[in-house]
Amino acid sequence: MANTFKLSQESLGSLFAALRKDGRRILAPVAADGRVDLKEVEAPAQVAADYIQSVLSAKEVVFPKVERLLSYTTAPGKVDLKDAEPNAVPTVLFGVRPCEAKGFGALDAVFNWDYRDKFFNARIEKLAVIGVGCTKADESCFCTSVGGGPVDTAGSDILLTPIEGGYLVEVCTEKGAAIQALAPDLFKPGSGVDKAAIAAKVAPAFDQPALTAKLPGLFENGVWADQSLRCIGCGACAFVCPTCVCFDIQEEADPKKGERLRCWDSCGFHMFTLHASGHNPREVQGARWRQRVYHKFSYYPERYDRLGCVGCGKCTRACPVDMNLKEHLIEAAGVTA
Amino acid sequence: MEAVIRRAKELLEKGEVKAVLGYAQGTGGVRRPHFAKRPDQVDKLVLDATCAQNLAVYATKHEVKKLGKVAIVALPGTQRALIQLMAERQIRDGEVAILAVDGAELKELDSAQGLEEHLALKTQALDAKDKAKLAELEAMSTEARWAYWQEELSRCMKCYACRNSCPMCYCEHCTMDCNRPQWVPVASHALGNLEYHMVRTMHLAGRCLECGDCGRACPVGIPVHLLTFSAEETIHELFGQRAGRKAKLDYALSTFKTDDKESFIR
Repeated sequence: MANTFKLSQESLGSLFAALRKDGRRILAPVAADGRVDLKEVEAPAQVAADYIQSVLSAKEVVFPKVERLLSYTTAPGKVDLKDAEPNAVPTVLFGVRPCEAKGFGALDAVFNWDYRDKFFNARIEKLAVIGVGCTKADESCFCTSVGGGPVDTAGSDILLTPIEGGYLVEVCTEKGAAIQALAPDLFKPGSGVDKAAIAAKVAPAFDQPALTAKLPGLFENGVWADQSLRCIGCGACAFVCPTCVCFDIQEEADPKKGERLRCWDSCGFHMFTLHASGHNPREVQGARWRQRVYHKFSYYPERYDRLGCVGCGKCTRACPVDMNLKEHLIEAAGVTA
Repeated sequence: MEAVIRRAKELLEKGEVKAVLGYAQGTGGVRRPHFAKRPDQVDKLVLDATCAQNLAVYATKHEVKKLGKVAIVALPGTQRALIQLMAERQIRDGEVAILAVDGAELKELDSAQGLEEHLALKTQALDAKDKAKLAELEAMSTEARWAYWQEELSRCMKCYACRNSCPMCYCEHCTMDCNRPQWVPVASHALGNLEYHMVRTMHLAGRCLECGDCGRACPVGIPVHLLTFSAEETIHELFGQRAGRKAKLDYALSTFKTDDKESFIR
């Protein structure tokens, strides 16, 4: 499927220059105070040398934490309404991991479900993903349990796999081919690399299809309350997640003008599904935690025929109380209904 | 540690508590909170220098209160939080069993009075690194300090890990969540972030236990604990008070005295 090449580490700098000359900004993982943040870079030297994952996912590139949807002004007898236009900048996302690259598909499933979201689409059209395969993984990773893999090409326009002196290059999509066409000479013929030997070893942790099949029968099971007893109900997991797509609409208004904003939301928050009547269908943290698991592993497959989790483990690493998703899924998979 | 495990087992076996809350081994060597509900779950408990979370945050949680009486392994920060929660009448005397741990010493307490006497014997000092950073910030010009916090807070996404990890942020309905009316912009833009952190700081001035859990909880590494530490230190300087020391509420910012030396208040 993919066209395979080799790219030397030195040539990567030339590729960055070619991308920038083409008017694209490059976002990449950058080391910052012991964390890894996604930031704009100019040269490969700025990219973090050694990282498993950035803390935040790249979803902010297409689904920012605050999006202005419209604004208005009012005068007696008159409302002047203005639709906001997305500010979509041509962007190359360099160095995200295959799990995260795959996450855009889960966002797409929602933002193009029964309505084409113009903000998401304007940005994703101008986004190209150069993923970098994983040669290392940690305890939080479980991509291989959710249909992914450390050197999986799905979601990347170009996937780089680190090899001696540079990268094995797989050009996976038309967007990837367009990048290659910017500097074709940098891409040398290359094949015969045993990707599996280079790839990080991520042992499958649980049988996802079996888990998905049994979840409807576990709805009233005590496992969710038990697992979530230590959850403090913040939104760290949802906000760092590459696939968490829930948002809240907020109005910021005074009598003469206002704005409608779309803000990230989290099912961990106690007001997440609070009704105007005062009734809350997910009144306790256990029900909210169950919602998180079910949304990703039951409702997503049912509704969009795909999973809402890519096994990146960002939620586990970000959680202040160490709610380990992989561990919790293994436990749920082992529960007898 | 053996003493804690032994006592925890005893409490559960005798049915004196429904659960023991302590720390256990977590992902990649981190420590996580652990609820032992049965004696055989007690063996998972660990206690070492890497245990840091303030476990008092669970004392006001509905799901935990519903368990019945819980014993909490309480390091100094947790002890201060528990007495403050008692003083602020969020938990009753005797509602939780406190396994107060200071170094190798284990003491069992269950009342605010007991805690007050225990804490009176202890000194409280800021971590050297935090102290140095506070001094550095203090020495900055207002403009430089403003720029520092603008930069730090630009990473905030209002996940509220800082608020929810704080034992003193127990409000059932936080002002930050109100949208009818909005007191503070709910959105995580520059103004919304700034106002949130300012309100949090002011609400914890004189109530901050200086445990630093808010800063530890922040997934994007904003040192938000320095904001509340700074406010707490200011209160201490001006009024000689420290949160988490007294069984009876004595809170500088909400105490009314007819003989107050300030005339505007009378």
